[in-house]
Amino acid sequence: MDLQGIWFFIWGLLWAIFFVTDGFDFGIGILYPFLGKNDFEKRIMINSVGPLWNGNEVWLITAGGVTFAAFPLAYSIMFSSLYSGLMLILFALILRGVAFEFRGKVDNKSWRNIWDISIFAGSLLPAVLFGITFANIFRGLPIDKSGVFHGSFFNLLSFYGILGGLLFLLLFLFHGSVWLSIKTGGELHDRSKATALMLWPFLLITALFFLGASWFFTKLYDNYLANPILFLDILLTVAALFASRFFIKNSDFFKAWFTSSIIILGSVFFGIIGLYPNMLPSNISPEFSVTAYNASSSPLTLKIMLVVVIIFIPAVIAYQAWAYFLFRGKVTKEDLAYEESY
Amino acid sequence: MDIVMLSRLQFATATMFHFLFVPLTLGLSIMIAIMETRYAGTGDKIYLSMTKFWGKIFLINFGLGIVTGITLEFQFGTNWSRYSAFVGDIFGSLLAIEASAAFFLESTLIGIWIFGWRKLSPKAHAAVMWLIAGASTLSAVWIIIANSWMQHPVGYVLRNGRAELSDFPAVIFQKFAILQFFHTISAAYIVSAFFIMGVSAYHLLKKQSVQFFTRSFRIGLIFGLIFSIFTAVEGDMHGVHVSEVQPAKLAAMESHWETTTRAPLTLFAIPDEKNERNFIEFGAIPGLLSFLGYHDINAEVKGIKDFPREERPQVLIPFLSFRAMVGLGTLFILLTIIGWLRRNRLLESPLYLKLMLLSIPLPYVAIEAGWVLAEMGRQPWIVHGLMKTSDAVSPLAPSQVFVSLIAFILIYGLLGIAGFYLIIKNAKKNPVL
Repeated sequence: MDLQGIWFFIWGLLWAIFFVTDGFDFGIGILYPFLGKNDFEKRIMINSVGPLWNGNEVWLITAGGVTFAAFPLAYSIMFSSLYSGLMLILFALILRGVAFEFRGKVDNKSWRNIWDISIFAGSLLPAVLFGITFANIFRGLPIDKSGVFHGSFFNLLSFYGILGGLLFLLLFLFHGSVWLSIKTGGELHDRSKATALMLWPFLLITALFFLGASWFFTKLYDNYLANPILFLDILLTVAALFASRFFIKNSDFFKAWFTSSIIILGSVFFGIIGLYPNMLPSNISPEFSVTAYNASSSPLTLKIMLVVVIIFIPAVIAYQAWAYFLFRGKVTKEDLAYEESY
Repeated sequence: MDIVMLSRLQFATATMFHFLFVPLTLGLSIMIAIMETRYAGTGDKIYLSMTKFWGKIFLINFGLGIVTGITLEFQFGTNWSRYSAFVGDIFGSLLAIEASAAFFLESTLIGIWIFGWRKLSPKAHAAVMWLIAGASTLSAVWIIIANSWMQHPVGYVLRNGRAELSDFPAVIFQKFAILQFFHTISAAYIVSAFFIMGVSAYHLLKKQSVQFFTRSFRIGLIFGLIFSIFTAVEGDMHGVHVSEVQPAKLAAMESHWETTTRAPLTLFAIPDEKNERNFIEFGAIPGLLSFLGYHDINAEVKGIKDFPREERPQVLIPFLSFRAMVGLGTLFILLTIIGWLRRNRLLESPLYLKLMLLSIPLPYVAIEAGWVLAEMGRQPWIVHGLMKTSDAVSPLAPSQVFVSLIAFILIYGLLGIAGFYLIIKNAKKNPVL
């Protein structure tokens, strides 16, 4: 494995971890108006991710930062090409973040309503837009030989793009409802479990549909056909899908959340593995594709950054795991009585 | 309006708005850590109340700082794609390190600090705030190293049509970065100090929770005094270095048109850029500019006319922002000295307290003016001497950037009002003792 190949894998991994972590935050934000039937339940839902969402969101910053550091050409073309979509995502994330912090600070219904809408929209938009974005990357973008994007935001809303958006939406809704099942009790818990079970067949169908559509709309399967052992990723993901349903039915929610994470990881890697070595395939001509090899930084930078990630990423995973552990257990009425809660 | 101007306006809007919240985070985190440590050490509940009171304001401010910062990392790619492709090998790494080492730590820990009161011992909880302060500082270190590279690119070679890293230690330890870092962080401490002093003054004027706010005021005062003086002294060192490596910036910020030795400092001027002179100028102090720029009263200071027109920064904005920054900086020294002299008689100094309350926004003006100077004075370069700002933008339709610019202004404007409202509301509250 060469330096650029290793970095390609790290790049994919960071995006995947972002979707596993902030994914359930998005899920809860979208489920929020549906599962949170009153102010108390809404607060329980927000507080279930309260201590963690900020740290989770940084995986996005790091994924973006690493794209910049290791593959500056890919960073520059990806972010300028997907300008409108990315701006929407960023504004949505801003509103969501502020909403968590500001919602509880004024005892006024209209104030809370504004931030409730922000939480919902600020979770829904990124979830769907990331799915649309990645589906379009898998499919290929109209990039010319100077890396200029010949299209608009609306070009991204093709059938396959929207399917990607739907897949991510369901992945995060599912992941969020499993998380809620762990973190809540009583009626909210029962509703969360029921939601997870209700979502599951839609997730299964959409996932299988996406796998099938990828055959027709993308060249992802070329890598798999050339190295059949890679099909293990797809098999593992589908196995995790079935396992997760089994665990939810048996109220074994930790295992359910673990397998739900595997589903997300596996889905992201389905695309990453299929893309290699491309990062932004061009559907104008393959020669114009942005790859891990023509977009990468110099060997010196890649080596220095490798040392940086080897030191810091395991450390981050360790102390974030500690944060998850510190705040284990269900969010209760007693928790909400404390002034620091959201 | 062309795409370069729109993109510059958008970046300026985003960064200057973000920078309304960052300085307070940098300084207040340390002051709160001090208060919390006092509580953990002495068990005196007044320090717990202080921690919670200032902490509430801190969290509102911190949240706004975080969310407005996210857009910045991505904006290099969205609006400055040509810049990103050109400098990514160096600049991108610095940002990625900032994220891996600093952002993760501060964002993970803030959740623990907010929610972990009952899960951690007082000492451990205080340690968390120290780590948050450390992580925020570390973040400032890396972003300033990145900006310093734009101001004074080092440790690179031009290869493959871009700047490629050749010497990493040269980039991270360069003199420009060290001087710019200390200048910025100490300025941030002044913002925080005046914030604490001003809010405390509000309560002291009303004779509310006097012991609480006298102690808070004193913490702010010590910070304010030390760092007002430090910023001025260190700022001089930084200014000398800038004069050496960015002489066009020096000329612009002084509206100094003709190359002269024993150059005077002009207190006030209105530049006439088209005709390469000043419409009006008065208050010329002979030799002072040469002395400030080079610590030598006879030193030659290059005039703007000596630089080719395509390499000159705009003059008016650097000129005014420099004066605003230095004028206010001098005022901060005066105000904190007065405060020090009256520190045991604050309640009998209502005029001073009123002045300090009204002075809360002044360090904000000074720190933004300083940054405006740093960036506008570097123009027309985005990387000094290597790449022009006008060559750095993304190939976007101006309408796209126009729409996003309006969105930034609207959303940030609304968030700013909401945040400002919350901070004032919580600042005015009489603390729970």
